[in-house]
Amino acid sequence: MSELTLTVMRLGFLAVLWLFVIVAVQVIRSDLFGTRVTQRGSRREEGRRQQPAARQQAAPPQQRGQQPAAAGGGGRRRNAPSKLVVSEGTLTGTTVALQGQTITLGRAHDSTIVLDDDYASSRHARIYPDRDGQWIVEDLGSTNGTYLDRSRLTTPTPIPLGAPIRIGKTVIELRK
Amino acid sequence: MSSTTNTSTNHTSTIGSIGTPSRRNTELALLVFAVAIPVFAYANVGLAINDKVPAGLLSYGLGLGLLAGVAHLAVRRFAPYADPLLLPLATLLNGLGLVVIWRLDQSKLLQSLPTYFTAAPRQLLYTALGIAMFVVVLIFLKDHRVLQRYTYISMFGALVLLMLPLVPGLGANIYGAKIWISVPGLGSVQPGEFAKIALAVFFAGYLMVKRDALALASRRFLGLYLPRGRDLGPILVVWLMSILILVFETDLGTSLLFFGMFVIMLYVATERTSWIVFGLLMSAGGAVGVASFEPHVQQRVQAWLNPLKEYKLSQAGVAGHSEQSMQALWAFGSGGTLGTGLGQGHSDLIRFAANSDFILATFGEEMGLAGIMAILLIYGLIVERGVRTALAARDPFGKLLAVGLSGAFALQVFVVAGGVMGLIPLTGMTMPFLAYGGSSVLANWALIGILIRISDTARRPAPAPAGNPDAEMTQVVRPS
Repeated sequence: MSELTLTVMRLGFLAVLWLFVIVAVQVIRSDLFGTRVTQRGSRREEGRRQQPAARQQAAPPQQRGQQPAAAGGGGRRRNAPSKLVVSEGTLTGTTVALQGQTITLGRAHDSTIVLDDDYASSRHARIYPDRDGQWIVEDLGSTNGTYLDRSRLTTPTPIPLGAPIRIGKTVIELRK
Repeated sequence: MSSTTNTSTNHTSTIGSIGTPSRRNTELALLVFAVAIPVFAYANVGLAINDKVPAGLLSYGLGLGLLAGVAHLAVRRFAPYADPLLLPLATLLNGLGLVVIWRLDQSKLLQSLPTYFTAAPRQLLYTALGIAMFVVVLIFLKDHRVLQRYTYISMFGALVLLMLPLVPGLGANIYGAKIWISVPGLGSVQPGEFAKIALAVFFAGYLMVKRDALALASRRFLGLYLPRGRDLGPILVVWLMSILILVFETDLGTSLLFFGMFVIMLYVATERTSWIVFGLLMSAGGAVGVASFEPHVQQRVQAWLNPLKEYKLSQAGVAGHSEQSMQALWAFGSGGTLGTGLGQGHSDLIRFAANSDFILATFGEEMGLAGIMAILLIYGLIVERGVRTALAARDPFGKLLAVGLSGAFALQVFVVAGGVMGLIPLTGMTMPFLAYGGSSVLANWALIGILIRISDTARRPAPAPAGNPDAEMTQVVRPS
């Protein structure tokens, strides 16, 4: 085999290998550029974040989040929350898409959000949509209680957008 | 309030499952790519060595493609929301490993050695078994949280696996390290590779329960949180265990791997930097202590510090010296930036273990710095996906397990690559997926299977609300 062919193959192989790495990195570029775990209150660099990264990756979730809500019918779809965000506690930054399913919170392993908190009961609370699509939080008879804003829950209560739900050290809220 | 939440929407973290499409088609496209690259490399080796396209090209390509296809279909069926990158990355590494093992099989020099056997067909068989293992993990491990029930059983299992090579009659002392057991009819098995996974399960389950005690009950001293004496217990036990491995099995790599994995998981579980400081001090102390009286370890350290001197002594015929470290460095050196080209290097001069422990030297010579960097990046991406999976997992056990497994993977790559490149003393471990070895391939495919299972659970958009069968009923009753 001629020297030239082998040289071309050698360089071609390296090029293809690197192309694979670059394609793989492209697949996860949202990991590298688009996301950031934000604490509540740190809202710097607002303008910069809105740009390419936000376009890349905030847009699809919005659409996806709205779809089931829109399909569900009903009038006041504008302010429907699309996700549940853990804003304080060990799971800070975790999000769950709200798609009409019941979300259970507690220390039990099969909870949707498994709380690792001595103040949480194994089946602590659940969050579910009622027939109108309004999200409701209900305390499941927990020992230390579930708090919406400052008040301890006694009955299933509708959740306003952005209102903090506190379970032990964990705070979650619904966002658009 | 609502305005602030609106603006903050765009930069809250989307670690979780917001709008995660299943990404299976991305995975398929990458898999096709990942199979095509080794096939290209295979043709390249054949052309360089024999001047013709190797006869087995089609069957090799089809075989690898079939294996990858089976794995992909299994993921599609049993873990549809899994991470799209893990499978293609592992497939590519495994395929490239196969090609380089086949390339070393062709070497006339190695063929003249008494220990020669054609390794490539066996490695292909191991790969098939590895993929089967991967599929079995996906089918039978429906939820990684099941593993939590087996916390202490897996500790026991790991200890048994680690002790097996010491059992007289079962253990085999191969080239100075007692990390193999010989099973009649199967050849030798390296149980340490499987112990890695079992130990990760144990550490995850144990630390999940104990982490508050380890993190909170501590005094502050010189900016470090000092844990209470009794909380030091577990880390001391693991440390002692890895020291014992080092003394009795004379295997620095395994011992470093287990202790390092424990320290990583301890740090992740407690967020205390002091554990890392303690871990580094303890491992340094342990390594120096053992090296002071264990001749096998001393020899490795000598070969690391003065490779050229060791090479000369070995050439002069003095027993107990190794020429490999220097030869590996020469291989890397002669590769240069772009390498000599596949099939055109002389890394077969490293006669012994050229296709297992030292396979990275062949990569370094024939693909050069550019190729090695790509390979290391691919390993890095696997680890990154593992850590990402840990971030996305919604349960502490899954988080810790994913971190532990990817940490062990990263440590193994570091220990082997660092050893071959002369950064740390050489250890007898295998490069995951690249190197020849059935146990390693099987265990690492199982590891990837567990990571894929965790990432599937983490990214699944609508987790079924289990354990609350009357949820639908009670929803109807609401205060109006």
